[in-house]
Amino acid sequence: MKITEETVSHVARLARLAMPDSEKALLAPQLSDILDYAETLQRVDLTGVEPTSHPFQQTNVLRDDVVRDSLPRDAALMNAPDSEAGQVRVPAVLEGGSEA
Amino acid sequence: MNWETVIGLEVHVELKTASKIFCGCKNDSKSEPNTNVCPVCMGHPGALPVLNRNALELGLRAAMALNCQINQKSKFDRKNYFYPDSPKGYQISQFDKPIGEHGYIEIELNGETKRIGITRLHLEEDAGKSTHAADGSHTLVDFNRTGVPLIEIVSEPDIRSPEEARLYLEALKSIMQYCDVSDCRMEEGSLRCDANISLRPVGETKFGNKAELKNMNSFRNVQRGLEYEVERQRELYENGEAVVQETRRFDEATQTTISMRSKEEAHDYRYFPEPDLVDLDIDDAWLAEIRASIPELPAAKRQRYEAELGLPAYDAGVLTADPQTATYYEQVIGFGVDAKAASNWVMSDILGALNNEGKTFAECPITPENLAGLISEISSGKISSKQGRDVFKSMWETGKSAAAIIQEQGMEQISDASVLGPILDEIIANNPKSVADYKGGKDRAIAALVGQAMKATKGKANPGLVNQLLIEKINAID
Amino acid sequence: MTLHSLKDMIASIRSGETSPSDWVNESLDAIERYDGALKSFLTVTAEEARDHAKKQQLTNESGPLFGIPYALKDNMITKGIRTTAASRILENYIPPYDGTVAQKLRQSGGILVGKTNMDEFAMGSSTETSAFQKTANPYGANYVPGGSSGGSAAAVAAGLVPFALGSDTGGSIRQPAAFCGCFGIKPTYGRVSRYGLIAFASSLDQIGPFTRSAEDAAIVLNAICGYDPMDSTSAKLPAEQQVDFTAGIDAGVKGIRIGIVRNLPEEGLQPAVKAAVDGAVRALQGAGAEVVEVELPHMEYAVATYYLIAPAEASSNLARFDGVRYGRRAEASGVIDMFERSRSEGFGMEVKRRIIIGTYALSSGYYDAYYKRAQQMRTKIRQDYEQAFASCDVILMPTAPTTAFQFGEKADNPLQMYLNDIYTIPANLAGIPGASVPCGFSDGLPIGLQILAKPFDEHSILRVAHAYEQLRTFTWQAPVLGVAR
Repeated sequence: MKITEETVSHVARLARLAMPDSEKALLAPQLSDILDYAETLQRVDLTGVEPTSHPFQQTNVLRDDVVRDSLPRDAALMNAPDSEAGQVRVPAVLEGGSEA
Repeated sequence: MNWETVIGLEVHVELKTASKIFCGCKNDSKSEPNTNVCPVCMGHPGALPVLNRNALELGLRAAMALNCQINQKSKFDRKNYFYPDSPKGYQISQFDKPIGEHGYIEIELNGETKRIGITRLHLEEDAGKSTHAADGSHTLVDFNRTGVPLIEIVSEPDIRSPEEARLYLEALKSIMQYCDVSDCRMEEGSLRCDANISLRPVGETKFGNKAELKNMNSFRNVQRGLEYEVERQRELYENGEAVVQETRRFDEATQTTISMRSKEEAHDYRYFPEPDLVDLDIDDAWLAEIRASIPELPAAKRQRYEAELGLPAYDAGVLTADPQTATYYEQVIGFGVDAKAASNWVMSDILGALNNEGKTFAECPITPENLAGLISEISSGKISSKQGRDVFKSMWETGKSAAAIIQEQGMEQISDASVLGPILDEIIANNPKSVADYKGGKDRAIAALVGQAMKATKGKANPGLVNQLLIEKINAID
Repeated sequence: MTLHSLKDMIASIRSGETSPSDWVNESLDAIERYDGALKSFLTVTAEEARDHAKKQQLTNESGPLFGIPYALKDNMITKGIRTTAASRILENYIPPYDGTVAQKLRQSGGILVGKTNMDEFAMGSSTETSAFQKTANPYGANYVPGGSSGGSAAAVAAGLVPFALGSDTGGSIRQPAAFCGCFGIKPTYGRVSRYGLIAFASSLDQIGPFTRSAEDAAIVLNAICGYDPMDSTSAKLPAEQQVDFTAGIDAGVKGIRIGIVRNLPEEGLQPAVKAAVDGAVRALQGAGAEVVEVELPHMEYAVATYYLIAPAEASSNLARFDGVRYGRRAEASGVIDMFERSRSEGFGMEVKRRIIIGTYALSSGYYDAYYKRAQQMRTKIRQDYEQAFASCDVILMPTAPTTAFQFGEKADNPLQMYLNDIYTIPANLAGIPGASVPCGFSDGLPIGLQILAKPFDEHSILRVAHAYEQLRTFTWQAPVLGVAR
């Protein structure tokens, strides 16, 4: 699989990583190598094999609906680079980027 | 050309749990900003989610109440996207194995029942709340809402008009309230609705380009936003223009929809199974237990009120619209009073008074037992219907029983012929003219005598009985 | 200064012969003396540790690790103590909470003396990707300590602390243990809570100890293992699998069936490493163990599988570092710009590389071909081990194909670097426990023997390792940096 610098740009955008051209140029061939290597997985017939997403099977781990102490607000905001009136302050979010 | 409207709704409902879905913080987004937060819901490094049993069970209950098939093997997935109020950079949601699929809601439309399909119902966590500065300079983020448990309910594109959309939402809200899974207060955000709407020529089977409508904060605004959108899209088509597939925001001030004109990046959420949570395996016994916790739902109740209690469809609809009204009503008739009489009192007097004062049933000063008492006092003839209204007012103000108020105010009706007899004899003796008039064929003359009797008894005499006894006594005179 | 086993230190404190302060001071002195050259610590909590030790002497506290100094890899959250994961993006992060292992060790009476260097976000095999410093191998200042838990391995091997914790996602405990000549064990996935471990790949990460012997590791495991209601993936085990890890450790290897892998991939395997491992197998056989051949037919696919799953999970796990609530934030006028620049400035090249691979593997249109396929292969690899352990108790193989390499030697070819993880990665994919125990030296550099067992059977590993430590047929060499052994 040949990974182009445009592909790296697209993926970097998805991952919210600003990436200088020099890094794209470095990464594109390395990713091509790694994905070529990953192609070895195509050699094995895996039809019908259940995927493993957890190393061991344990189901229904649940907690009771009990309220526990939250952080004091100053501790919650202690690491925030910027805060205002008990809230975390960030640069402007342009309308339209909203989710959920 | 005739156009067909096609609408699908995506509804988010906040679940009524004590704590959040994946951590022990209080499920209360209305507190002072960032006071119900912890390393888990603030997405600190190293923090891990653990599923709240109650959130799962409420979700399952909702799914069953909406006639969904339950995926007994279910799981959570990560939906990856960046936004300042999404603290982990992903939302824990469900992708290919939602807890419920293939359900439906029935709505009553022009006297007929229509079934609206539900594609899926899944559990997920809410995001935080962003407040954008009016001057566009910055945004403030409060994480109290982060991790509040939500269910997302996605309908099939079965809805054919804005009115149907409103009916669907009302029915959905009613079912959620009956199951006690959510308050469903749209103004407060515990129920949120986005709509997909498109038009197509009648007979066409393919869908037209759709608009996704957001920011509608009441059922009325959902209907209005959709109505506006139907007209907008129709005009575009009729002017030979195309409808752009886009997200539009309902603007309450102008009652219109406005394109959000974002440079829409194609979303690529890169869903994958959440490795920090284990799979769900909901066995039959557990499901049965949850099913048993679902009360009689509004549609079934409505039918029962009509069939068993003989109530008119209108009454049954009003009484079952929300569970509090139905519960109150059922408690009243539990004391053995007439179903229709009870319906009248609950629908007009109780609901009216609660509405006037902005009170809920929990704050209702008249208990079901006391309302039943009042109805009995009237039906037994102890007081008149007219007196009943006054007694109701006093009950509302004091919280006392009807019997106590009747006694305090000396309102018992005299319905005993042996008590009334001597009083009436005296009136007949003192009013020979009226008696003669009546005997002479002036039926109305009797009214004057009844009035005398009421006066003599300070209004307590049973007027019907007085009327009847007077006629008997006068006819007996020859 | 002399080196003491954890077991002896505990006994000495219990008898009143020494005090917690004695050991804490000795550890801090050793750090002072040797860490300038070794650079294994990112943060030394000298004052807090001394206070803690003094306080312990005034109270009647006790606990299995009472008074014992230790270090944590800097991806383990410690309340009020800077925790960086060796990344610029967390350079000034002071956690508002304690992770489970930090909590458990405090409850056991352990005294934290510092946080150790590592590859940034545990991504690397040499600790060179740390944003802050390069840690030297105690056996050679020009050699890497291995990684990603290189700081913890070096600190223990150099005698700065009797034990330190590391985390192992694809070999990050076992490989540095092999390179530095100490004991390191990655327990079964689910044994040790991950709550408070800064995630790299959630379904592979596992915390474990570095010590100077198997027996010392057993003592630490007793303190850190166990179900944690804060970690949904922590194992709820029947009582018989929760027994004391030191129990039966000296039972010897008579009757133990050792599995040797037929057709083990040997590309890049140094002859000296192969010879040392073969020698260890023979020694154990001589002591009564039975040797059987086993097959791991899908082992050759493990690296490819791992390098899809781990970056995919990492790309999502590292999304939270966005400059909003904590960590580095770049100046920007809009929030998207802020995200992109903060992350670009905050992450090093190896982290970016893996985020890009992982994002690509999960992105629309590629999920089935890459991520899902890798997860299916993971099932095959797990089944391979299940089958192999039907006929043996432990599997032995080299921990790494080579001894420690020099700084910069492999930094420019990521794929080649990844291929070196061939022997350690399968245990993470299968979720099984694995340890590395020193089994020889080559040109003054230590060699590691890897011991694997079936899920939740750390006992067999510890028993075999302990037996081997007693049999040792090679001459022990002292590190050039650190307290002499």
